[in-house]
Amino acid sequence: MKTTNQKSFKQRFSRSFRQNIFAYTLLLPSFIFLTLFTFYPTIKSIQLSFYSGPMTRLQFSGLDQYKDVFTDEIFRKVLWNNIIFMIGTVPASLFLAMYLAIWLNKRMKGSALLRTSFFYPTVIPLIAVANIWLFIYTPQYGLLDRFLDVFGGSGPNWLGDPNTVMIAMIIMIIWKDAGFFMIFYLAGLQNLPRDVYEAATIEGAKPFQMFRNITFPLLMPTTLFVLIVAITNSFKNVDHLYIMTKGGPDNASNLLLYYIYEVAFTNWDLGKAAVLTVILIVILLSVTAFNYLYLDRKIHY
Amino acid sequence: MSRYINYSIMIILGLVFFAPLLWIFITSFSPPGEVINGSNPFWVSNPTFQNYIDAWNAAPFLRYYLNTFIIVFGVLIVQLFTITLAAYAFARLDFKGKNVLFILFLLQLMIQPEILLFPNYQVMSQLGLVDTKLAVMLPYWASAFGVFLLRQTFKQVPYELDEASKMDGSKWYQTLRHVYIPAAKPTYVAFALVSVSTHWSNFMWPLIITDSVTNRPLTVGMALFAQSYETGAQWGMVTAGTMMVIFPLLIAFFIFQKQFVSSFMHSGIK
Repeated sequence: MKTTNQKSFKQRFSRSFRQNIFAYTLLLPSFIFLTLFTFYPTIKSIQLSFYSGPMTRLQFSGLDQYKDVFTDEIFRKVLWNNIIFMIGTVPASLFLAMYLAIWLNKRMKGSALLRTSFFYPTVIPLIAVANIWLFIYTPQYGLLDRFLDVFGGSGPNWLGDPNTVMIAMIIMIIWKDAGFFMIFYLAGLQNLPRDVYEAATIEGAKPFQMFRNITFPLLMPTTLFVLIVAITNSFKNVDHLYIMTKGGPDNASNLLLYYIYEVAFTNWDLGKAAVLTVILIVILLSVTAFNYLYLDRKIHY
Repeated sequence: MSRYINYSIMIILGLVFFAPLLWIFITSFSPPGEVINGSNPFWVSNPTFQNYIDAWNAAPFLRYYLNTFIIVFGVLIVQLFTITLAAYAFARLDFKGKNVLFILFLLQLMIQPEILLFPNYQVMSQLGLVDTKLAVMLPYWASAFGVFLLRQTFKQVPYELDEASKMDGSKWYQTLRHVYIPAAKPTYVAFALVSVSTHWSNFMWPLIITDSVTNRPLTVGMALFAQSYETGAQWGMVTAGTMMVIFPLLIAFFIFQKQFVSSFMHSGIK
């Protein structure tokens, strides 16, 4: 009796052992690249953020570089810009996306054409979008100023003025991203239960009431998902700065990732670039953690 | 009543959204004089191909196209391999540390390679790969996004099919090839479209890691080209260059519009 038991245990053990090895082998190719280009650079940045000096003679400097960064005027400005940029782009493009999706979902004539018109900016590279909008915002000859000219007005130097450059960027990003988010809302709307709407119609609910009490709450999971994507985008996508402003004028349009690029590859300040990278990673991780730990729990209905 | 107001708003918005593309398209066919002085920005009286010819001759666009093609498909082919294996393991195998490994994979969704511009540059210089096409591709060869997408699909394949195939004496890779991969075809299409359009558009990373005509993709080439001709008189040429970058994407988009939309939709469903 005992021997058979042992045998089966042994068999089971060797089978699960082989199964483990098999699974690890399948994961290995992905894991190698994840280690080399996600885990290792992340850890390396954290380590490097505590060391200063040139690459060959690094010296431990504790939190000094963090102190330097947090007292750096430009860093504060850039971080603030990024927050403004996020507040400017995220709610507006989500709202617009939801609005467009709700009306396109009604399948009126020409809705396919409209959907194309809202969605195509998604497939255009951000760097090409920047090229197009650079011309749109050009004083006097640009499309925007020509349009204003019809009404006898004339705009400021949109990209050259610290007061208008951010709003100009925000409008461009809303144009680029709204159609992308709209697609997710269209998908979400298809999954909504029809009978609820029928019941609401019989009860005599007004369209706006239906939106507020049914559509909006039921779309919450979609909104959450899109929210995370949109917030991540507002920290990740900085290509347009390279073409349009280089972060200027006077850092008025600079964003965190572009600032990292400048610090690392123009000033070659490696320690500072490492600190900034760590800060960016922490921001993005907390956005996701907030989503999973807090928001995700609140919206189960 | 509110119905008509909303429809009007939708139509106006549709026109506003479409205007930039139309304008850039028309400008790319406008002779230099008309770009600045034309009375109607949406009209060109003497359309010309000259801008495209000038742009084509001013920068090695053919080379850039080729580089982009190599990079985009180099990324995609390896990704298809790595995500298929990993997705199969996560979907159908039980093994020690599965949850921990899954979370480690999840990390890449938050800390995307785009964020790690600076440390990844250092990794590449340690590997001696700065200014190579390989360096542009490498950070994207693992795709957590692809693994999740595919794992979800593999999980929906009925176990019976898997077992039947094994009963017939198929090896695991034969089962994968004849059962799982055909079942996941729409997911592969979705992933491929998202991957190709993302990497076609990628800019900051190749800007940093490449430094020569032989390795530069189209986006970087176009940006450098545009920067050297940004004065008003050269608008036609720069818009022609821009059109050359976005044209293949737009053509692909209009042909595969249904798949594109459903792919991006698909990509959002967790």
